[in-house]
Amino acid sequence: MTTLEMIDSKIHPAVGEWTLPDFVDEADLPGRDGDRVIQFREAIREAMSHEMRQDEKVFLIGEEVAEYNGAYKISQGMLDEFGPRRIIDSPISENGFAGMCIGAAMYGLRPIVEFMSWSFSFVAADAILNNAPKMLYMSGGQWGCPIVFRGNDGAGGQLASTHSWCVEGLYANVPGLKMAIPSNPYDAKGLLATAIRDPDPVFFLESERMLGDKAHVPEEQYYIPFGRARLAREGEHCTLVSFGRPVHFCVEAAEKLAADGIECDVLDMRTIRPLDIDAVIKSVKKTSRVVVVDQSWPFGGVSSEVITQICERCFDYLDHPPVRVNTEDVPTPYAKNLEAAYLPNPTKIEAAVRKVIEATA
Amino acid sequence: MPHRTVYEAKIEHLQILDEDGKLDKKLAKDTLTDEQVVHLYEQMRICRELDEIAFKLQRSGRMGTYPQNKGQEANAVGSALAMKKGVDWLVPAYRENAALFMHGLPMHFVLVYWMGDERGSKMPEGVNITPLSVPIGTHMLHATGIAWATKIRKEKDKAVITYFGDGATSEGDFHGAMNFASTMQVPCIFYCQNNQWAISVPREQQMNSQTVAQKALAYDMPTLQVDGNDVFAVFKAVKDARKRAVQGGGPSFIEAVTYRLGDHTTADDARRYRDQGEVDAWLDKDPLIRTRKYLESQGVWDDKKQTALEERAKKIVAEVVKTAEGIEKPSPADFFNSMYAELPADLRTQRDTMRTSSIGRNPEQIGLKAQAAGTR
Repeated sequence: MTTLEMIDSKIHPAVGEWTLPDFVDEADLPGRDGDRVIQFREAIREAMSHEMRQDEKVFLIGEEVAEYNGAYKISQGMLDEFGPRRIIDSPISENGFAGMCIGAAMYGLRPIVEFMSWSFSFVAADAILNNAPKMLYMSGGQWGCPIVFRGNDGAGGQLASTHSWCVEGLYANVPGLKMAIPSNPYDAKGLLATAIRDPDPVFFLESERMLGDKAHVPEEQYYIPFGRARLAREGEHCTLVSFGRPVHFCVEAAEKLAADGIECDVLDMRTIRPLDIDAVIKSVKKTSRVVVVDQSWPFGGVSSEVITQICERCFDYLDHPPVRVNTEDVPTPYAKNLEAAYLPNPTKIEAAVRKVIEATA
Repeated sequence: MPHRTVYEAKIEHLQILDEDGKLDKKLAKDTLTDEQVVHLYEQMRICRELDEIAFKLQRSGRMGTYPQNKGQEANAVGSALAMKKGVDWLVPAYRENAALFMHGLPMHFVLVYWMGDERGSKMPEGVNITPLSVPIGTHMLHATGIAWATKIRKEKDKAVITYFGDGATSEGDFHGAMNFASTMQVPCIFYCQNNQWAISVPREQQMNSQTVAQKALAYDMPTLQVDGNDVFAVFKAVKDARKRAVQGGGPSFIEAVTYRLGDHTTADDARRYRDQGEVDAWLDKDPLIRTRKYLESQGVWDDKKQTALEERAKKIVAEVVKTAEGIEKPSPADFFNSMYAELPADLRTQRDTMRTSSIGRNPEQIGLKAQAAGTR
């Protein structure tokens, strides 16, 4: 599916060595049901380890990823398997290792850069926003930047405002990058495998709150194509659009609503760039109602973009103005009760759907 | 002994060809032959001509902005000759044009770039140069990464040189790059063109350290200050650093003391903040003057050759300008080229509808459904 025709393979020192995955239809991917139950963090590890076994140009760098097995134990055991040349403990310098890995990617290596938290990525903003996503564009199509930046995104549980950033609203604004936000272990493995093989820079957003989540994950490596939303639940009355952790809240809310006969489509977007807006439009044309759930701030965020595109594409199908459930428009509170009140949750989502349904009954 | 010295260091300055064109023969041993110096001199003179013409192009509205290299050419040519063309990698900022030309970049590419066309950064096959980097300092990290990648890929006899100014050493990127390069012992040469001014901020205000070279001491990197207007010193310093790099000796730092004789760019007027006396003093240290003096003293250069060179430079540059201006401008449809390895569907739609308004982005509303849904 992915081709490199935009890049002149004769010039770029890094091109000509890709082994891009053969993407298959969703139905042909290995099944989601089974008893090989592992944690989200293990699914991420499996995706990385598999690609590292396949291609020695892939490596992992970040703070505490080697000796300490990762601040969140995602890279547990990887130093033992791959050695210190490929599992690299970096000096504490996000800008340093992000920028350096862009150079390494330009020269044909395929770095996986772990930010302990995306909250720490701001000091690397020039590298990740001003260099990586523009390198191909600013070199007339010559220098690709196949790199994965990954780490924890969103409120981790009383980490206070400086450590609780949801960066998708900010970063998704930048053309030239791709962004994946998995909500479950199965997708995490399949999307990260694709991200590592992808010839463009990919921002991969994980959630500390989900790293221990367990689900069946196939042992084999599989590649989920970017830009394909997953229908997590089907219903005809209202469309719920979300990504990452709040997908679970949507499903929970949808289950409660179903008890009252309100059936929802729950769309898990999986990637924000590219965004599978066609799947959203298709669902909204069916339900005529939409609630977008986004665990970042409301102003100019992903939810705003999704709703704008809905209005552009199928305004006439809507029976009610689109509704969104975001975090409150304040820095993430430190206090436990305030943080909980600040984040989207099933109760808020349920109330939003009921409001839309009641107004259009 | 509770109070003892745990570290001591000194910074050396290297000059081989002085301001009067007199050579220190002992230090010059095994550096440049007269034939090579003639070649470097010619390259500098041609580059100076390009500078003058580029300035005029900008003033007459034929180019957006342009940073003149005037006064700093010895850095570019001396270092370029010391690096292996087609093997080593150059990671430039934007004031080392002659080095790029010597490593195979056709001259018109630089004009195409400054005329506002990204294709000027698309290097021809076999030209080992990364795109010009105008953000200050970010490319030093890329250079470190590229050097590291060559090491990981076990490529032998290959080194990387990155150029930047004195102002760039205030950036965090500089310290990140230096720290990673030294901890990972990569074959990278950090070449600082200390031209005394970061736009309007003088070096003394940029840093409190006496030299830029001493900053490398913190990273335990071999470091040296050279006369940047002396092609012999520049060549020797880079050659030694390259040798160390390819032999596994890790990175090196070179502070080249030079001077920006022109404005920062054509968008600047240095007369507003620079003392003319200072500029005049540096005019006497112009690398072209002293190199010519040296060549004349060796009996390998004279007025006749000079006139011929000047005419040749004019001709070359006129041809380069013609080539650059003759390149067809990119069309708005090219906006979307080179965004991703493969263009995602939403960008295909934007390209196919060619409007940024909401209505343009809905192919169904303007009857472009088939086109948008189809292939590009």
